[in-house]
Amino acid sequence: MGDDTLFAQVLDPRNRPDPYPLYGRLRETPVSRQADGSFVVSTHAAVRSLIFDPRLSSEDLPPSRRPPTGNPLRDWILNPIRNRVVNAHRPLIFRDPPDHDTLRDFVMKEFTIARVRESHAKVARLVDTLIDACRGRDTVCLVDDLSYPLPVAVICELLGVPEADEAQFHAWAIRLATALEPDARHDEAGRREITATFDAISDYMRRLIREKRRRPADDMLSGLAARGGQGRPAMGDIDLISTAILLLVAGHETTVNLITNGMLTLLRHPDELERLKVDPARAPRVIEEMLRYEPPVHFRTRKALGAIDVAGVTIPAGSPVILLFASASRDPARFADADRFDPDRRDNQHFGFGGGLHYCAGAPLARIEAEIALVTLCRRLVAPRLLDDPPPYRPGASLRGPKNLGITIAGIT
Amino acid sequence: MIGVQRPGIVVVGASLAGLRGAEALRDGGYDGPLTIVGDEPHRPYDRPPLSKHVLAGELAPEATELPQLRSLRARWRLGQPAVALDRERRVVRLADGATLPYETLLIATGARARTWPGEGADLAGIFTIRTVEDARSLRNALAQRPGRVLVVGAGLIGCEAASCCRDLGLDVTLVDPNPTPLARLLGTVIGGTLAGRMRDAGVDIRMNTKIHSFSGEKGGVRRAHLPGGATIATDLVIVALGATRETGWLAAAGLRADAGGLTCDAACRAMTLAGELDPAIYAAGDVARWPNPLTGNRPMTVEHWGNAVDQARHAAANMLARPSEQPPYGHLPAFWSSQFGLNIKLVGLTEGADALAVVQGARASQRFLAVYGRAGRSVAAVSFDQARWLPAYAEAVAAGSAFPPILGATDQPRIEWLEPGFPVPRRSTDQAAPTLEAAHG
Repeated sequence: MGDDTLFAQVLDPRNRPDPYPLYGRLRETPVSRQADGSFVVSTHAAVRSLIFDPRLSSEDLPPSRRPPTGNPLRDWILNPIRNRVVNAHRPLIFRDPPDHDTLRDFVMKEFTIARVRESHAKVARLVDTLIDACRGRDTVCLVDDLSYPLPVAVICELLGVPEADEAQFHAWAIRLATALEPDARHDEAGRREITATFDAISDYMRRLIREKRRRPADDMLSGLAARGGQGRPAMGDIDLISTAILLLVAGHETTVNLITNGMLTLLRHPDELERLKVDPARAPRVIEEMLRYEPPVHFRTRKALGAIDVAGVTIPAGSPVILLFASASRDPARFADADRFDPDRRDNQHFGFGGGLHYCAGAPLARIEAEIALVTLCRRLVAPRLLDDPPPYRPGASLRGPKNLGITIAGIT
Repeated sequence: MIGVQRPGIVVVGASLAGLRGAEALRDGGYDGPLTIVGDEPHRPYDRPPLSKHVLAGELAPEATELPQLRSLRARWRLGQPAVALDRERRVVRLADGATLPYETLLIATGARARTWPGEGADLAGIFTIRTVEDARSLRNALAQRPGRVLVVGAGLIGCEAASCCRDLGLDVTLVDPNPTPLARLLGTVIGGTLAGRMRDAGVDIRMNTKIHSFSGEKGGVRRAHLPGGATIATDLVIVALGATRETGWLAAAGLRADAGGLTCDAACRAMTLAGELDPAIYAAGDVARWPNPLTGNRPMTVEHWGNAVDQARHAAANMLARPSEQPPYGHLPAFWSSQFGLNIKLVGLTEGADALAVVQGARASQRFLAVYGRAGRSVAAVSFDQARWLPAYAEAVAAGSAFPPILGATDQPRIEWLEPGFPVPRRSTDQAAPTLEAAHG
């Protein structure tokens, strides 16, 4: 039996810069029971078998919590009802079939290839504008200057959320993203904070959706909010709100890490940076390898509905299960020289976008954004060097990435 | 030319199994002469699209050519059916009289579509779907927008053809002697769900119905006659009555070969009439009848795409191995079908199943996964638009897990045991052993 505190060490912020040695130790026991009764799944084979196991549920988000107000009507009737409604209509990453499938179908009908392709030109323009703004400086703060504003602008435009409101939901997005972090979601204060934030952003979305129904535009939210008709069922209002929130938060909190981790990796491998600069056609392979090597999302949690036998271990019904995607993508049993950044590797079946029915719906968009951002950065930043290695990290162990990435430059072309 | 060249390996059959078998021989290090014989003039092509995209006009017939996964350095003898096998002299005779000597032979001649056996077979407008030429002529005829299409046989090919014709906006009648479509393959409970889907799609389905004969005008088919005297008006008939194994050329070879297949042992080695193995002859794909451990080693053919690939590769590996190092072929049959907007997949063998349980989703929503049980074990699983979960159930079926397997799945209804409702087996007249009917994909 391995060390049953390894996952707690993964969560420890001190290990944020380099969790990979811990993952290596976890993989010695592919499905490893932790002291708190959860099971961490860390090898490629075990993750692969579990993402297609029908007994693994995503409905593991602890119920929402609202603090007592002293008003009995509110504490005993209204808030409990509200809790139940919110729990029943969680965002689809916390839902199982068949509801998950219905909601995802709605999203995918709006998140069309045509829409994603259209954003290509917009991404290219935005990246250039953001880099232009750094002219005359000798340091770029990549997260603030590009990795964060780019995906935010893109998702806002796609959804049809006014970018002017960004300041307001920036903080909401950060707080809601902690719902993916085990320590925040199990902490009483953390849960209350997630709930309060969800309420606030729900009110915002409700108003916005009303507006979209009054004046539909050519954006995803208008499409999702469209009333049913011609045999097409309309998405229920509460599901619509939680779906819109999910898309907005996901657009805020994931691609930022892909771009930042990607640039960090290139700066640590200057030869690869140079090759990408000379040959931008390498970008798709470079991005896939980044998704394997330094993915934006390291793990997702699930719950076993039935007893599951996997890798010689029985996960009892009811157990929390942690699918450690970032470890599976570094599994030497699956990838030769797994800890080496090698864009030329073939057969790169990583879990950078998760897998199974919850596979990232925004993957094509994220690939476009990362590709254009990194190719342009390589081309336009003159003599980029890392300021701090390792950089400071954001708190999340699941949504893991630098808080900021200082890059010194000799100019911008 | 060198006067004396060793004869090397001959592959008879230039379809999926023949091609993948030949590739596997090269992959396995075989460097000698390799000859591939095919009765059709075409390079190997893929059949599943023929009853789907080709009929729909979405894919040109010639675009179905299979990609070659490696360089074969083979001598192709296409458009030349093998007509006889002389095991004594180790030669294959071709239709043009040529003889091909072999050291080792891989038989992958597949199957041919059963044609209309009754009266009216010579009328124009009656089609089968097996070869690329079949599909081409049928596609051309459908493009002329016949008023009424009659599909005879509600197996996989018949159902897919009916689906394509409905998508083309044609009036379709589907006739089958069983109570539901796919009844022999999936049972009447699941077949009934599909029947509902077909009715919603506007197919005139006539189950428990047999066609007696066809009659026509000016040489073209116009009417189907039922045994009681009733008729069905039609302008185009698609006969989808399954296939017979292509073994006619083996009639005098002294092998256990008949319309039901060529019997081989678990290692894919052909069996002689005396019940011995011919160490130089192997078989794979639709034509091979092999003892399947899933059915207590009763010999059977499996006419699925995946079996053609896997068995050909297995046979090729054994052909290159010493006699003592030729492992048995273990295979979990599986197929897929797309029809009426549904993705249907099956793993395992439903034959003889005595229980059925919907374990995820619901039949009412036409999105579900159901498991078949036999004597308390899980023997097969079928999915309607739920294929993502199938690998987990395939594992349970392969392991012979208790029925029903996988308790506590998401979207699991209250599990009810149902009778799968298989029709009473019809007496086979033309095959020595049971066969999975009209199955592919």
